[in-house]
Amino acid sequence: MASVSAAAGSAYASDASASAQAIPQYDDDVVRAGLIATIFWGVVGFLMGNVIASQLAFPVMNLGLEWTSFGRLRPVHTSAVIFAFGGNAMIAASFYIVQRTCRTNLFLGSLGAWCVFWGYQLFIVLAALGYVLGITSGKEYAEPEWFVDLWLTIVWVLYLVVFAGTLVKRREEHIYVANWFILSFIITVAMLHLGNNVQVPVSWTGWKSYTVPGGVQDAMIQWWYGHNAVGFFLTAAFLGMMYYFIPKAAGRPVYSYRLSIVHFWSLVFLYIWAGPHHLHYTSLPDWAQTLGMTFSVMLWMPSWGGMINGLMTLSGAWDKLRTDASLRFSVTAVAFYGMSTFEGPMMSIKAVNALSHYTDWTVGHVHSGAMGWVGFITFGMLYWMVPQLWKREGLWSQRLVAWHFWIATLGIVLYITSMWVSGIMQGLMWRAYDEYGFLQYSFGETVDAMHPFYVIRLLGGLFYLAGAVIMAVNLWKTITSTAPARSSAAVATA
Amino acid sequence: MPTKIEKDAVTGTETTGHEWDGIKELNTPLPKWWLYSYYATILWSIAYFVLYPAWPSLSGHTPGVLGWTMRGEIAAEMEAAKAAQGPMLRRIAASSLDDIRKSTDLQAYAMAGGRSAFGVQCAPCHGAGGAGAKGFPNLVDDSWIWGGTLDDIYTTIQFGIRNANDKSRLSQMPRFGVDGMLTAAQIDDVAEYVLSLSRRSRDAGAAKRGEAVYAENCVACHQEGGKGNPEMGAPNLAANIWTFGGDKATIVESVRNARAGSMPAWIDRLDDATIKMLAVYVHALGGGK
Repeated sequence: MASVSAAAGSAYASDASASAQAIPQYDDDVVRAGLIATIFWGVVGFLMGNVIASQLAFPVMNLGLEWTSFGRLRPVHTSAVIFAFGGNAMIAASFYIVQRTCRTNLFLGSLGAWCVFWGYQLFIVLAALGYVLGITSGKEYAEPEWFVDLWLTIVWVLYLVVFAGTLVKRREEHIYVANWFILSFIITVAMLHLGNNVQVPVSWTGWKSYTVPGGVQDAMIQWWYGHNAVGFFLTAAFLGMMYYFIPKAAGRPVYSYRLSIVHFWSLVFLYIWAGPHHLHYTSLPDWAQTLGMTFSVMLWMPSWGGMINGLMTLSGAWDKLRTDASLRFSVTAVAFYGMSTFEGPMMSIKAVNALSHYTDWTVGHVHSGAMGWVGFITFGMLYWMVPQLWKREGLWSQRLVAWHFWIATLGIVLYITSMWVSGIMQGLMWRAYDEYGFLQYSFGETVDAMHPFYVIRLLGGLFYLAGAVIMAVNLWKTITSTAPARSSAAVATA
Repeated sequence: MPTKIEKDAVTGTETTGHEWDGIKELNTPLPKWWLYSYYATILWSIAYFVLYPAWPSLSGHTPGVLGWTMRGEIAAEMEAAKAAQGPMLRRIAASSLDDIRKSTDLQAYAMAGGRSAFGVQCAPCHGAGGAGAKGFPNLVDDSWIWGGTLDDIYTTIQFGIRNANDKSRLSQMPRFGVDGMLTAAQIDDVAEYVLSLSRRSRDAGAAKRGEAVYAENCVACHQEGGKGNPEMGAPNLAANIWTFGGDKATIVESVRNARAGSMPAWIDRLDDATIKMLAVYVHALGGGK
């Protein structure tokens, strides 16, 4: 490998001084906007999560109004955290990373990037307004109706053009691993979005549409989409984020190039098959369920390849966890990633799924991934990138970062443990029979038994939200304070 | 750039020689435990493909050597459950309610089956413990709108109340206020009289006037002294047990606009053994006669 690299490398700058001269003017305004949007939508999304968690614990919180009922607000929460918070984080991260690792500015310049950014914000607002007003296709995580889908398609294709165009005009010989993951995310999400939204509007002037496939075919396509939204939007994309910011913050080389190749190709090949595990014990044919389960189990090690590369990159830099806020979040995120990607394959095994399916265990699982992995890796990026992009010496307060870290971690622990207990209890109650073969519990009794855990879950959510508000204040102060940063003094005590 | 393969001082591993924005990569081999675990999940999957339905073809799919199907498994489990419960359920269906109550094993079985069915079918309205809710009668006291014997309860569950079934229990209180049969003042007086039946009236004059209104309009169904008539589903008004509420405003509303609670005819939805078990269970909740 070395000889190949050496032979091909001559056309490129090979020493630090030459690289420094060649650094172009990066398009960072849109990245800054993306970071602010990430913080804003994050707080909104977590707040909505707390609203609907309170509705599950205390139904009176539905307020008796159609616009504020759980069914309307739940997609507002899921879309706000996945597509608004996560999506903006990835737009910002991908534009930042691709420019620096390709040593060139964005294809189509800042105008193209701004169109992606504002087009995407419009998509979010259109989708959320629709949910509140009852305009929905009813497909989980793909609720926007046909006209919003068309708009997102335009925006997303432009995103692909900007990103891929930047890769094409790169001034590095090789494409860095973070960009493989981000490119796979953009391409696959485009494919999923188109595949799952093959729909016919009832009229060109009305919002309602129906999907072309029906019945179990529609369900299968929906979960092919749904699971790969997890696999590519919430996993591959954020692995791309990890592959840039952990080595940067740790100041260490990536642990294993070979592992990154093998786990990347394994991950993208296997993930696309895993969707049927959402439809175990339904009318989906047995053979499709088998494939969904086995490919999920085979996904375990490819997922852990990312975890190993994330954690082992810290070899020789573990001491930084004590002082570097960004790294502390990123590394905890990778730990949660490892936990969720063990739990996921386990839950896809049919015998386990028979207990876990339709219970809160699934809700706990997705939140350990969403709050622990996606949330924390993004917080880590924000704490690293904001001082960089606004040219501050450091964060406004390291002490507040420590508060954010511990309060959010406690929130996640409360959330996922309460959902484990609630979900497993729920599953066991559903399948309990008395000595005569009659069902031991009615559905109402299982709901009643879950109430205390719903309250604990709400508490966990409030902690997590409080942490995000602390972060928003801290980053806002970092951006707006003109005084020299105080962080260097605070680091020692944090 | 990728000309500088270095040895990393911390790990002793060589880099690949690439560098992006200061990020380098080590050329560490795949961890052995990782690789073998990966192989193990692949082998396990292949074994599963052999054993179970797995790969589709144009005409079907590989069936798996075990011959297992999801539908086969659920059918076998349902068959086993039916076989286990069948003998007792057939005895319940063949026995009279009194016989069930007198037989220790049938009574115990009916209580278990009734409790299970009640939780699913009845609890949404009557509450998990049968204590009722506004508009849905309490089943754990000894006040019965349509009768509290085993047979009464059995009939009520079978055919329900004010529904479309031919044998549904039917009766309808007139809308005394809405239809102009009584004036507002008369309704106020008769409500005061109804309060006095449970010694809660604070206006003896009104109650006295109301007694006359009661005698002319209400006594035919609710009987002398408000003791009610289960034959007509006319509730007892003197026991201070209320389906819709016993405060004066609620009583005034009940007289003005009447009430017409409804219950499904479970004979259309449940088998006879289950209805019998429900009757035995509800009868035993507290106040069966």
